[in-house]
Amino acid sequence: MKTKKKSVKTKKSMKTEKKSIMARIAESTKSVTTGVEEKDIKHWLTIYIMGKAYKVPAVLTIMQAMEYAGYKFLRSCGCRAGFCGACSTVYRKKGEYRLQTAMACQTRVEDGMYLVQIPFAPAEKVTYDIDKEDYSASVFLKYYPEIARCVSCNTCTKACPQDLEVMDYVQASLKGDFSSVAEDSFDCIQCGLCAIRCPAEIVHYNLAQLGRRMYGKYGMPEPEHLKKRLGEIKSAKFEKELRKLVNTRRKELEKIYTGRDMEKE
Amino acid sequence: MKLSYYPGCTLKTNAKNFEDSAIAVLKTLGVELVELPRWNCCGTVYSLASDDLIHKLAPIRNLIRVKEQGEDRLVTLCAMCYNTLKRANIFVKKDKESRDKMNDLMDREKINYEGDVKVFHILELLRDEIGFDEIGKKVKRKFNGFKVAPYYGCLLLRPEEAGIDDMENPTLLENLFNSLGVETVDFPYKNECCGAYQTVNKVDLVVQRTYTIINYAKKLGADMVVTSCPLCEFNLDRRQEEVKKKFPDFEGLPVLYFTQIMGLAFGLDKKSLRFDLNYINPEPLLKDKKLL
Repeated sequence: MKTKKKSVKTKKSMKTEKKSIMARIAESTKSVTTGVEEKDIKHWLTIYIMGKAYKVPAVLTIMQAMEYAGYKFLRSCGCRAGFCGACSTVYRKKGEYRLQTAMACQTRVEDGMYLVQIPFAPAEKVTYDIDKEDYSASVFLKYYPEIARCVSCNTCTKACPQDLEVMDYVQASLKGDFSSVAEDSFDCIQCGLCAIRCPAEIVHYNLAQLGRRMYGKYGMPEPEHLKKRLGEIKSAKFEKELRKLVNTRRKELEKIYTGRDMEKE
Repeated sequence: MKLSYYPGCTLKTNAKNFEDSAIAVLKTLGVELVELPRWNCCGTVYSLASDDLIHKLAPIRNLIRVKEQGEDRLVTLCAMCYNTLKRANIFVKKDKESRDKMNDLMDREKINYEGDVKVFHILELLRDEIGFDEIGKKVKRKFNGFKVAPYYGCLLLRPEEAGIDDMENPTLLENLFNSLGVETVDFPYKNECCGAYQTVNKVDLVVQRTYTIINYAKKLGADMVVTSCPLCEFNLDRRQEEVKKKFPDFEGLPVLYFTQIMGLAFGLDKKSLRFDLNYINPEPLLKDKKLL
Protein backbone atom coordinates (compact mmCIF):
# COMPACT_ATOMS: atom_id res chain seq x y z
CA MET A 1 0.00 0.00 0.00
CA LYS A 2 2.87 2.25 0.90
CA THR A 3 4.56 1.94 -2.47
CA LYS A 4 1.32 2.57 -4.19
CA LYS A 5 0.89 5.82 -2.33
CA LYS A 6 4.42 6.87 -3.13
CA SER A 7 4.00 6.29 -6.83
CA VAL A 8 0.85 8.34 -6.82
CA LYS A 9 2.74 11.16 -5.19
CA THR A 10 5.57 11.22 -7.73
CA LYS A 11 3.12 11.09 -10.55
CA LYS A 12 1.27 13.99 -9.04
CA SER A 13 4.37 16.11 -8.60
CA MET A 14 5.51 15.39 -12.14
CA LYS A 15 2.17 16.51 -13.34
CA THR A 16 2.21 19.76 -11.38
CA GLU A 17 5.48 20.84 -12.94
CA LYS A 18 3.75 21.27 -16.25
CA LYS A 19 0.82 23.16 -14.74
CA SER A 20 0.49 26.92 -14.75
CA ILE A 21 1.46 28.98 -11.72
CA MET A 22 -2.15 29.69 -10.77
CA ALA A 23 -3.05 26.02 -10.97
CA ARG A 24 -0.09 25.22 -8.76
CA ILE A 25 -1.20 27.71 -6.13
CA ALA A 26 -4.70 26.23 -6.20
CA GLU A 27 -3.17 22.77 -5.84
CA SER A 28 -1.09 23.75 -2.85
CA THR A 29 -4.08 24.96 -0.88
CA LYS A 30 -5.90 21.63 -1.24
CA SER A 31 -5.99 19.43 1.81
CA VAL A 32 -3.27 16.78 1.88
CA THR A 33 -5.93 14.13 2.20
CA THR A 34 -7.46 15.03 -1.14
CA GLY A 35 -7.35 11.92 -3.29
CA VAL A 36 -6.29 9.64 -0.43
CA GLU A 37 -8.79 7.01 0.54
CA GLU A 38 -9.69 6.56 4.18
CA LYS A 39 -8.83 2.89 4.15
CA ASP A 40 -5.27 3.81 3.22
CA ILE A 41 -4.81 5.99 6.30
CA LYS A 42 -3.12 4.04 9.06
CA HIS A 43 -3.06 6.35 12.07
CA TRP A 44 -6.07 8.12 13.47
CA LEU A 45 -6.71 10.25 16.50
CA THR A 46 -9.56 12.10 18.14
CA ILE A 47 -9.73 15.85 18.44
CA TYR A 48 -12.50 18.07 19.80
CA ILE A 49 -13.45 21.08 17.74
CA MET A 50 -15.48 23.48 19.84
CA GLY A 51 -16.45 20.57 22.05
CA LYS A 52 -17.43 18.06 19.37
CA ALA A 53 -15.32 14.94 18.82
CA TYR A 54 -13.87 14.13 15.38
CA LYS A 55 -11.69 11.26 14.23
CA VAL A 56 -8.97 12.60 11.96
CA PRO A 57 -5.78 11.27 10.31
CA ALA A 58 -2.81 11.73 12.63
CA VAL A 59 -0.53 13.34 10.06
CA LEU A 60 -2.59 16.47 9.63
CA THR A 61 -2.02 19.98 10.89
CA ILE A 62 -4.75 21.53 13.02
CA MET A 63 -5.98 23.45 10.01
CA GLN A 64 -6.04 20.41 7.75
CA ALA A 65 -7.75 18.37 10.46
CA MET A 66 -10.50 20.94 10.82
CA GLU A 67 -11.01 20.91 7.07
CA TYR A 68 -11.03 17.14 7.13
CA ALA A 69 -13.74 17.34 9.77
CA GLY A 70 -15.79 19.45 7.39
CA TYR A 71 -15.01 23.02 8.32
CA LYS A 72 -14.41 25.50 5.54
CA PHE A 73 -12.31 28.50 6.45
CA LEU A 74 -13.50 31.88 5.28
CA ARG A 75 -11.45 33.71 7.92
CA SER A 76 -8.85 32.22 10.26
CA CYS A 77 -6.86 31.09 7.28
CA GLY A 78 -4.39 32.79 5.00
CA CYS A 79 -1.02 31.78 3.66
CA ARG A 80 -0.94 28.25 5.13
CA ALA A 81 2.77 28.68 5.55
CA GLY A 82 3.15 30.24 8.99
CA PHE A 83 3.72 33.79 7.78
CA CYS A 84 0.42 35.64 7.72
CA GLY A 85 -0.75 35.09 11.31
CA ALA A 86 -4.40 34.53 10.39
CA CYS A 87 -4.92 31.04 11.86
CA SER A 88 -4.46 31.68 15.58
CA THR A 89 -5.54 28.65 17.58
CA VAL A 90 -6.18 28.10 21.25
CA TYR A 91 -6.21 24.57 22.60
CA ARG A 92 -5.90 22.39 25.62
CA LYS A 93 -4.78 18.83 25.71
CA LYS A 94 -6.77 16.28 27.65
CA GLY A 95 -5.59 16.09 31.23
CA GLU A 96 -3.39 19.19 31.00
CA TYR A 97 -4.11 22.41 32.84
CA ARG A 98 -2.18 24.66 30.48
CA LEU A 99 -3.98 26.57 27.76
CA GLN A 100 -1.84 26.50 24.64
CA THR A 101 -1.62 28.68 21.57
CA ALA A 102 -0.40 28.01 18.06
CA MET A 103 -0.73 28.69 14.37
CA ALA A 104 -3.19 26.11 13.03
CA CYS A 105 -1.28 25.69 9.78
CA GLN A 106 2.01 25.02 11.56
CA THR A 107 0.97 22.63 14.29
CA ARG A 108 0.34 18.91 14.04
CA VAL A 109 -2.85 17.64 15.71
CA GLU A 110 -2.44 15.57 18.84
CA ASP A 111 -4.81 13.08 20.38
CA GLY A 112 -7.30 14.67 22.74
CA MET A 113 -6.81 18.28 21.65
CA TYR A 114 -9.66 20.65 22.47
CA LEU A 115 -9.52 23.22 19.72
CA VAL A 116 -10.93 26.55 18.77
CA GLN A 117 -9.91 29.06 16.14
CA ILE A 118 -9.60 32.76 16.93
CA PRO A 119 -10.63 34.35 13.66
CA PHE A 120 -9.85 37.87 14.77
CA ALA A 121 -8.32 39.60 17.79
CA PRO A 122 -10.47 42.58 18.72
CA ALA A 123 -7.69 45.05 19.42
CA GLU A 124 -7.41 48.80 19.40
CA LYS A 125 -5.31 50.02 16.52
CA VAL A 126 -4.61 53.71 16.65
CA THR A 127 -3.95 56.02 13.76
CA TYR A 128 -1.23 58.59 13.91
CA ASP A 129 0.81 60.84 11.67
CA ILE A 130 4.32 59.56 12.07
CA ASP A 131 5.82 62.85 10.91
CA LYS A 132 4.26 64.62 13.88
CA GLU A 133 5.30 62.23 16.65
CA ASP A 134 8.09 62.67 19.19
CA TYR A 135 10.81 60.05 19.09
CA SER A 136 10.50 59.28 22.81
CA ALA A 137 8.81 56.80 25.17
CA SER A 138 5.87 59.18 25.44
CA VAL A 139 4.64 58.15 22.00
CA PHE A 140 3.95 54.61 23.28
CA LEU A 141 2.17 55.83 26.40
CA LYS A 142 0.17 58.36 24.42
CA TYR A 143 -1.35 55.76 22.08
CA TYR A 144 -1.18 52.59 24.16
CA PRO A 145 -1.30 53.81 27.79
CA GLU A 146 -2.24 50.32 29.00
CA ILE A 147 1.43 49.30 28.67
CA ALA A 148 1.95 50.97 32.05
CA ARG A 149 -0.18 48.19 33.52
CA CYS A 150 2.28 45.47 32.53
CA VAL A 151 3.08 43.36 35.59
CA SER A 152 5.81 41.37 33.83
CA CYS A 153 3.86 38.14 34.12
CA ASN A 154 5.26 37.00 30.76
CA THR A 155 1.97 35.44 29.62
CA CYS A 156 2.35 37.18 26.26
CA THR A 157 5.74 35.58 25.68
CA LYS A 158 4.33 32.16 26.51
CA ALA A 159 1.49 32.71 24.03
CA CYS A 160 3.69 33.78 21.13
CA PRO A 161 3.84 31.14 18.36
CA GLN A 162 6.89 32.90 16.95
CA ASP A 163 8.81 32.47 20.22
CA LEU A 164 9.41 36.21 20.52
CA GLU A 165 10.32 37.79 23.84
CA VAL A 166 7.07 39.76 23.77
CA MET A 167 7.21 41.01 27.37
CA ASP A 168 10.74 42.27 26.78
CA TYR A 169 9.66 44.50 23.92
CA VAL A 170 6.68 45.85 25.85
CA GLN A 171 9.08 46.69 28.66
CA ALA A 172 11.51 48.22 26.17
CA SER A 173 8.73 50.51 24.96
CA LEU A 174 8.29 51.87 28.49
CA LYS A 175 11.96 52.85 28.49
CA GLY A 176 11.74 54.44 25.04
CA ASP A 177 14.19 51.84 23.74
CA PHE A 178 13.00 51.86 20.13
CA SER A 179 15.71 49.63 18.71
CA SER A 180 14.85 46.80 21.14
CA VAL A 181 11.14 47.15 20.40
CA ALA A 182 11.87 46.91 16.68
CA GLU A 183 14.45 44.13 16.84
CA ASP A 184 12.61 41.97 19.40
CA SER A 185 9.32 42.23 17.53
CA PHE A 186 10.72 41.93 14.02
CA ASP A 187 9.37 38.41 13.39
CA CYS A 188 5.88 39.25 14.68
CA ILE A 189 3.11 37.95 12.41
CA GLN A 190 0.37 39.96 14.13
CA CYS A 191 -1.66 36.89 15.10
CA GLY A 192 -2.96 38.65 18.23
CA LEU A 193 -2.54 35.74 20.64
CA CYS A 194 -0.43 37.87 23.00
CA ALA A 195 -3.19 40.47 23.21
CA ILE A 196 -5.85 37.82 23.78
CA ARG A 197 -3.93 36.38 26.76
CA CYS A 198 -2.67 39.59 28.41
CA PRO A 199 -4.18 40.27 31.85
CA ALA A 200 -3.31 43.96 31.44
CA GLU A 201 -5.15 44.15 28.10
CA ILE A 202 -2.12 45.42 26.24
CA VAL A 203 -2.17 45.30 22.44
CA HIS A 204 1.39 44.13 22.02
CA TYR A 205 1.52 43.64 18.28
CA ASN A 206 0.09 47.04 17.38
CA LEU A 207 2.40 48.66 19.91
CA ALA A 208 5.31 46.86 18.25
CA GLN A 209 4.25 48.09 14.84
CA LEU A 210 4.27 51.66 16.12
CA GLY A 211 7.73 51.00 17.53
CA ARG A 212 9.09 49.57 14.27
CA ARG A 213 7.66 52.46 12.28
CA MET A 214 9.14 55.04 14.62
CA TYR A 215 12.49 53.25 14.66
CA GLY A 216 12.46 52.99 10.87
CA LYS A 217 11.74 56.66 10.48
CA TYR A 218 13.82 58.24 13.25
CA GLY A 219 16.17 55.62 14.68
CA MET A 220 17.79 53.78 11.83
CA PRO A 221 20.33 55.40 9.56
CA GLU A 222 19.01 55.70 6.02
CA PRO A 223 20.50 52.84 4.00
CA GLU A 224 22.73 53.99 1.14
CA HIS A 225 21.38 51.48 -1.37
CA LEU A 226 17.81 52.60 -0.70
CA LYS A 227 18.75 56.24 -1.13
CA LYS A 228 20.42 55.39 -4.44
CA ARG A 229 17.48 53.35 -5.69
CA LEU A 230 14.94 56.02 -4.72
CA GLY A 231 17.03 58.49 -6.67
CA GLU A 232 16.95 56.21 -9.68
CA ILE A 233 13.19 55.85 -9.47
CA LYS A 234 12.76 59.61 -9.18
CA SER A 235 14.96 60.20 -12.20
CA ALA A 236 12.71 57.81 -14.16
CA LYS A 237 15.43 55.27 -14.81
CA PHE A 238 12.93 52.37 -14.92
CA GLU A 239 10.17 54.23 -16.74
CA LYS A 240 10.90 52.67 -20.12
CA GLU A 241 11.02 49.10 -18.81
CA LEU A 242 7.83 49.61 -16.81
CA ARG A 243 5.97 50.99 -19.84
CA LYS A 244 7.12 47.97 -21.79
CA LEU A 245 5.72 45.64 -19.13
CA VAL A 246 2.42 47.50 -18.92
CA ASN A 247 1.97 47.16 -22.65
CA THR A 248 2.75 43.44 -22.70
CA ARG A 249 -0.10 41.02 -23.21
CA ARG A 250 -1.08 38.64 -20.39
CA LYS A 251 0.04 35.48 -22.16
CA GLU A 252 3.43 36.97 -22.90
CA LEU A 253 3.69 38.18 -19.26
CA GLU A 254 2.99 34.69 -17.93
CA LYS A 255 5.72 33.33 -20.20
CA ILE A 256 8.18 35.89 -18.90
CA TYR A 257 7.14 35.21 -15.31
CA THR A 258 7.48 31.41 -15.46
CA GLY A 259 10.67 31.65 -17.44
CA ARG A 260 12.37 34.09 -15.10
CA ASP A 261 15.64 33.34 -13.32
CA MET A 262 14.90 31.92 -9.91
CA GLU A 263 16.98 30.88 -6.97
CA LYS A 264 16.93 27.13 -6.41
CA GLU A 265 14.44 26.05 -3.75
CA MET B 1 34.66 47.98 40.62
CA LYS B 2 31.90 46.78 38.27
CA LEU B 3 28.34 46.66 39.53
CA SER B 4 25.08 45.32 38.10
CA TYR B 5 22.88 48.34 37.71
CA TYR B 6 19.10 48.59 37.49
CA PRO B 7 17.98 51.93 35.95
CA GLY B 8 14.18 51.76 35.84
CA CYS B 9 12.01 53.59 33.30
CA THR B 10 12.19 57.06 34.86
CA LEU B 11 15.98 57.15 34.67
CA LYS B 12 15.64 56.45 30.94
CA THR B 13 12.97 59.08 30.32
CA ASN B 14 12.32 61.94 32.77
CA ALA B 15 15.44 61.57 34.91
CA LYS B 16 18.18 61.13 32.34
CA ASN B 17 20.09 63.87 34.19
CA PHE B 18 20.16 61.66 37.30
CA GLU B 19 21.46 58.67 35.37
CA ASP B 20 24.05 60.54 33.32
CA SER B 21 25.42 62.46 36.32
CA ALA B 22 25.53 59.32 38.49
CA ILE B 23 27.43 57.37 35.84
CA ALA B 24 29.93 60.23 35.45
CA VAL B 25 30.39 60.63 39.21
CA LEU B 26 30.83 56.90 39.82
CA LYS B 27 33.36 56.72 37.00
CA THR B 28 35.42 59.32 38.86
CA LEU B 29 35.19 57.09 41.93
CA GLY B 30 36.29 54.02 39.98
CA VAL B 31 32.90 52.34 39.76
CA GLU B 32 31.46 51.15 36.49
CA LEU B 33 27.72 50.57 36.30
CA VAL B 34 26.82 47.63 34.07
CA GLU B 35 23.20 47.93 33.03
CA LEU B 36 21.25 44.75 33.68
CA PRO B 37 20.25 43.13 30.39
CA ARG B 38 16.53 42.56 29.71
CA TRP B 39 15.43 44.43 32.81
CA ASN B 40 11.71 45.03 33.15
CA CYS B 41 9.55 47.37 35.22
CA CYS B 42 10.52 47.33 38.91
CA GLY B 43 6.87 46.85 39.85
CA THR B 44 6.54 50.62 40.45
CA VAL B 45 4.65 50.53 43.68
CA TYR B 46 5.31 47.71 46.14
CA SER B 47 2.09 45.81 46.61
CA LEU B 48 1.08 45.71 50.25
CA ALA B 49 -1.25 42.74 49.87
CA SER B 50 0.60 39.56 50.77
CA ASP B 51 -1.47 37.44 48.39
CA ASP B 52 -1.11 39.81 45.43
CA LEU B 53 1.78 37.84 44.02
CA ILE B 54 1.40 38.86 40.38
CA HIS B 55 2.43 42.41 41.23
CA LYS B 56 5.58 41.07 42.82
CA LEU B 57 6.65 39.10 39.76
CA ALA B 58 8.27 42.11 38.08
CA PRO B 59 10.81 42.88 40.82
CA ILE B 60 11.67 39.22 41.34
CA ARG B 61 12.13 38.69 37.62
CA ASN B 62 14.71 41.49 37.64
CA LEU B 63 16.55 39.78 40.47
CA ILE B 64 16.58 36.57 38.43
CA ARG B 65 18.25 38.56 35.63
CA VAL B 66 20.97 39.53 38.13
CA LYS B 67 21.59 35.86 38.90
CA GLU B 68 21.68 35.09 35.18
CA GLN B 69 24.66 37.43 34.97
CA GLY B 70 26.40 35.45 37.68
CA GLU B 71 26.09 38.43 40.02
CA ASP B 72 24.70 38.63 43.53
CA ARG B 73 24.27 42.39 43.97
CA LEU B 74 22.16 45.01 42.26
CA VAL B 75 22.54 48.76 42.67
CA THR B 76 19.72 51.20 41.89
CA LEU B 77 19.52 54.96 41.50
CA CYS B 78 15.78 55.51 41.49
CA ALA B 79 14.34 55.55 45.02
CA MET B 80 11.08 54.01 43.86
CA CYS B 81 12.80 51.10 42.12
CA TYR B 82 15.05 50.65 45.14
CA ASN B 83 12.07 50.51 47.47
CA THR B 84 10.07 48.07 45.34
CA LEU B 85 12.97 45.74 44.55
CA LYS B 86 14.22 45.73 48.11
CA ARG B 87 10.84 45.04 49.67
CA ALA B 88 9.93 42.32 47.18
CA ASN B 89 13.29 40.74 47.95
CA ILE B 90 12.62 40.85 51.69
CA PHE B 91 9.15 39.41 51.08
CA VAL B 92 10.37 36.34 49.18
CA LYS B 93 13.15 35.79 51.68
CA LYS B 94 10.60 35.60 54.49
CA ASP B 95 7.74 33.83 52.75
CA LYS B 96 8.94 30.58 51.22
CA GLU B 97 5.47 29.41 50.21
CA SER B 98 4.79 32.56 48.20
CA ARG B 99 8.28 32.39 46.75
CA ASP B 100 7.62 28.85 45.48
CA LYS B 101 4.30 29.94 44.00
CA MET B 102 5.98 32.82 42.20
CA ASN B 103 8.76 30.62 40.89
CA ASP B 104 6.12 28.22 39.56
CA LEU B 105 4.35 31.10 37.83
CA MET B 106 7.64 32.12 36.24
CA ASP B 107 8.20 28.63 34.89
CA ARG B 108 9.97 29.92 31.80
CA GLU B 109 12.83 31.28 33.90
CA LYS B 110 15.73 28.90 34.25
CA ILE B 111 16.55 30.07 37.77
CA ASN B 112 14.40 29.57 40.83
CA TYR B 113 14.82 32.71 42.86
CA GLU B 114 15.71 32.21 46.52
CA GLY B 115 16.01 35.81 47.70
CA ASP B 116 19.78 35.80 47.55
CA VAL B 117 20.54 38.99 45.59
CA LYS B 118 21.52 42.02 47.61
CA VAL B 119 19.59 45.13 46.54
CA PHE B 120 21.18 48.41 47.47
CA HIS B 121 21.03 52.09 46.63
CA ILE B 122 23.82 54.27 45.25
CA LEU B 123 23.84 56.30 48.50
CA GLU B 124 24.65 53.12 50.43
CA LEU B 125 27.44 52.42 47.98
CA LEU B 126 28.85 55.91 48.54
CA ARG B 127 28.57 55.71 52.32
CA ASP B 128 29.45 52.09 53.08
CA GLU B 129 31.82 50.98 50.36
CA ILE B 130 33.52 54.01 48.88
CA GLY B 131 33.30 56.11 52.02
CA PHE B 132 32.90 59.85 52.46
CA ASP B 133 36.63 60.34 53.12
CA GLU B 134 37.47 58.84 49.75
CA ILE B 135 34.79 61.02 48.10
CA GLY B 136 36.27 64.09 49.82
CA LYS B 137 39.64 63.35 48.20
CA LYS B 138 38.16 63.74 44.73
CA VAL B 139 36.81 67.23 45.35
CA LYS B 140 38.33 69.81 43.01
CA ARG B 141 36.02 72.76 43.39
CA LYS B 142 35.28 74.88 46.42
CA PHE B 143 31.78 75.96 47.25
CA ASN B 144 31.71 79.40 48.87
CA GLY B 145 28.56 80.95 50.19
CA PHE B 146 26.48 78.13 48.77
CA LYS B 147 23.90 76.25 50.80
CA VAL B 148 21.71 73.34 49.89
CA ALA B 149 18.61 71.88 51.50
CA PRO B 150 18.88 68.07 51.40
CA TYR B 151 15.63 66.33 50.62
CA TYR B 152 15.17 62.56 51.04
CA GLY B 153 11.51 61.96 50.37
CA CYS B 154 10.11 58.73 51.76
CA LEU B 155 11.14 55.82 49.60
CA LEU B 156 14.70 55.52 50.87
CA LEU B 157 13.58 55.69 54.49
CA ARG B 158 10.37 53.76 54.86
CA PRO B 159 9.48 51.14 55.91
CA GLU B 160 12.28 50.61 58.36
CA GLU B 161 13.31 47.22 56.97
CA ALA B 162 14.01 48.80 53.59
CA GLY B 163 15.31 52.14 54.87
CA ILE B 164 18.92 53.15 54.32
CA ASP B 165 19.01 55.69 57.16
CA ASP B 166 17.10 56.87 60.24
CA MET B 167 13.56 57.42 59.00
CA GLU B 168 12.84 60.40 61.25
CA ASN B 169 16.16 62.18 61.07
CA PRO B 170 18.31 60.96 58.20
CA THR B 171 21.79 62.46 57.89
CA LEU B 172 23.25 60.57 54.97
CA LEU B 173 22.92 63.40 52.45
CA GLU B 174 24.21 65.96 54.96
CA ASN B 175 27.29 63.82 55.59
CA LEU B 176 27.83 63.40 51.88
CA PHE B 177 27.59 67.15 51.26
CA ASN B 178 29.93 67.87 54.17
CA SER B 179 32.53 65.60 52.58
CA LEU B 180 32.13 67.64 49.38
CA GLY B 181 32.53 70.91 51.27
CA VAL B 182 28.95 71.90 50.56
CA GLU B 183 27.09 73.63 53.36
CA THR B 184 23.64 72.31 54.26
CA VAL B 185 20.73 73.92 56.03
CA ASP B 186 19.02 72.04 58.87
CA PHE B 187 15.93 71.21 56.89
CA PRO B 188 12.94 69.96 58.91
CA TYR B 189 11.02 69.10 55.74
CA LYS B 190 13.73 66.78 54.42
CA ASN B 191 11.56 63.69 54.79
CA GLU B 192 8.21 65.40 54.19
CA CYS B 193 5.91 63.86 51.59
CA CYS B 194 6.23 65.46 48.14
CA GLY B 195 2.76 64.26 47.14
CA ALA B 196 4.14 61.32 45.20
CA TYR B 197 1.80 59.89 42.57
CA GLN B 198 -0.98 62.28 43.51
CA THR B 199 0.77 64.41 40.92
CA VAL B 200 -1.18 62.48 38.29
CA ASN B 201 -4.72 63.27 39.39
CA LYS B 202 -4.48 65.71 42.32
CA VAL B 203 -2.08 68.34 41.07
CA ASP B 204 -3.39 70.84 43.62
CA LEU B 205 -2.29 68.66 46.49
CA VAL B 206 1.23 68.42 45.08
CA VAL B 207 1.30 72.16 44.38
CA GLN B 208 0.56 72.77 48.06
CA ARG B 209 3.33 70.39 49.18
CA THR B 210 5.85 71.85 46.78
CA TYR B 211 5.00 75.38 47.89
CA THR B 212 5.54 74.49 51.56
CA ILE B 213 8.76 72.54 51.03
CA ILE B 214 10.48 74.91 48.61
CA ASN B 215 9.38 78.03 50.45
CA TYR B 216 10.76 76.74 53.72
CA ALA B 217 14.08 75.79 52.14
CA LYS B 218 14.31 79.33 50.80
CA LYS B 219 13.47 80.82 54.18
CA LEU B 220 16.32 78.85 55.70
CA GLY B 221 18.67 80.43 53.21
CA ALA B 222 19.16 77.47 50.89
CA ASP B 223 20.23 78.20 47.32
CA MET B 224 18.70 75.02 46.06
CA VAL B 225 16.97 71.82 47.10
CA VAL B 226 18.92 68.67 46.43
CA THR B 227 17.08 65.39 46.17
CA SER B 228 17.76 61.71 45.75
CA CYS B 229 14.44 60.65 44.21
CA PRO B 230 13.22 61.25 40.63
CA LEU B 231 9.59 61.41 41.71
CA CYS B 232 10.39 64.08 44.33
CA GLU B 233 12.45 65.88 41.72
CA PHE B 234 9.51 65.92 39.34
CA ASN B 235 7.10 67.25 41.95
CA LEU B 236 9.46 69.80 43.51
CA ASP B 237 10.96 70.99 40.23
CA ARG B 238 8.30 70.83 37.51
CA ARG B 239 5.33 71.62 39.67
CA GLN B 240 6.86 74.98 40.62
CA GLU B 241 5.30 76.36 37.45
CA GLU B 242 1.82 75.56 38.83
CA VAL B 243 2.86 76.81 42.28
CA LYS B 244 3.73 80.21 40.79
CA LYS B 245 0.27 80.44 39.26
CA LYS B 246 -1.43 79.68 42.57
CA PHE B 247 0.92 81.66 44.84
CA PRO B 248 2.11 84.82 43.03
CA ASP B 249 4.59 85.63 45.84
CA PHE B 250 6.38 82.32 45.32
CA GLU B 251 9.94 82.74 44.06
CA GLY B 252 11.06 79.15 43.74
CA LEU B 253 14.41 77.39 43.83
CA PRO B 254 16.29 75.14 41.47
CA VAL B 255 16.12 71.44 42.35
CA LEU B 256 19.11 69.20 41.61
CA TYR B 257 20.08 65.59 42.10
CA PHE B 258 22.82 64.94 44.65
CA THR B 259 24.87 63.36 41.86
CA GLN B 260 24.83 66.67 39.97
CA ILE B 261 26.24 68.42 43.04
CA MET B 262 28.88 65.71 43.35
CA GLY B 263 29.78 66.20 39.70
CA LEU B 264 30.17 69.94 40.27
CA ALA B 265 32.43 69.26 43.26
CA PHE B 266 34.54 66.82 41.24
CA GLY B 267 34.90 69.45 38.52
CA LEU B 268 33.24 67.26 35.88
CA ASP B 269 32.25 68.58 32.49
CA LYS B 270 28.83 70.21 32.75
CA LYS B 271 27.69 68.27 29.68
CA SER B 272 27.80 65.03 31.66
CA LEU B 273 25.74 66.57 34.46
CA ARG B 274 22.85 67.48 32.15
CA PHE B 275 21.61 70.70 33.80
CA ASP B 276 19.70 71.23 30.56
CA LEU B 277 17.20 68.61 31.75
CA ASN B 278 16.39 70.25 35.07
CA TYR B 279 13.12 72.06 34.65
CA ILE B 280 14.18 75.20 36.48
CA ASN B 281 17.49 76.09 34.89
CA PRO B 282 20.12 76.07 37.66
CA GLU B 283 22.89 77.47 35.46
CA PRO B 284 22.39 81.20 36.19
CA LEU B 285 22.62 80.49 39.92
CA LEU B 286 25.62 78.17 39.50
CA LYS B 287 27.39 80.82 37.41
CA ASP B 288 26.53 83.43 39.99
CA LYS B 289 28.11 81.24 42.68
CA LYS B 290 31.13 80.69 40.39
CA LEU B 291 30.43 76.99 40.19
CA LEU B 292 30.23 76.87 36.41
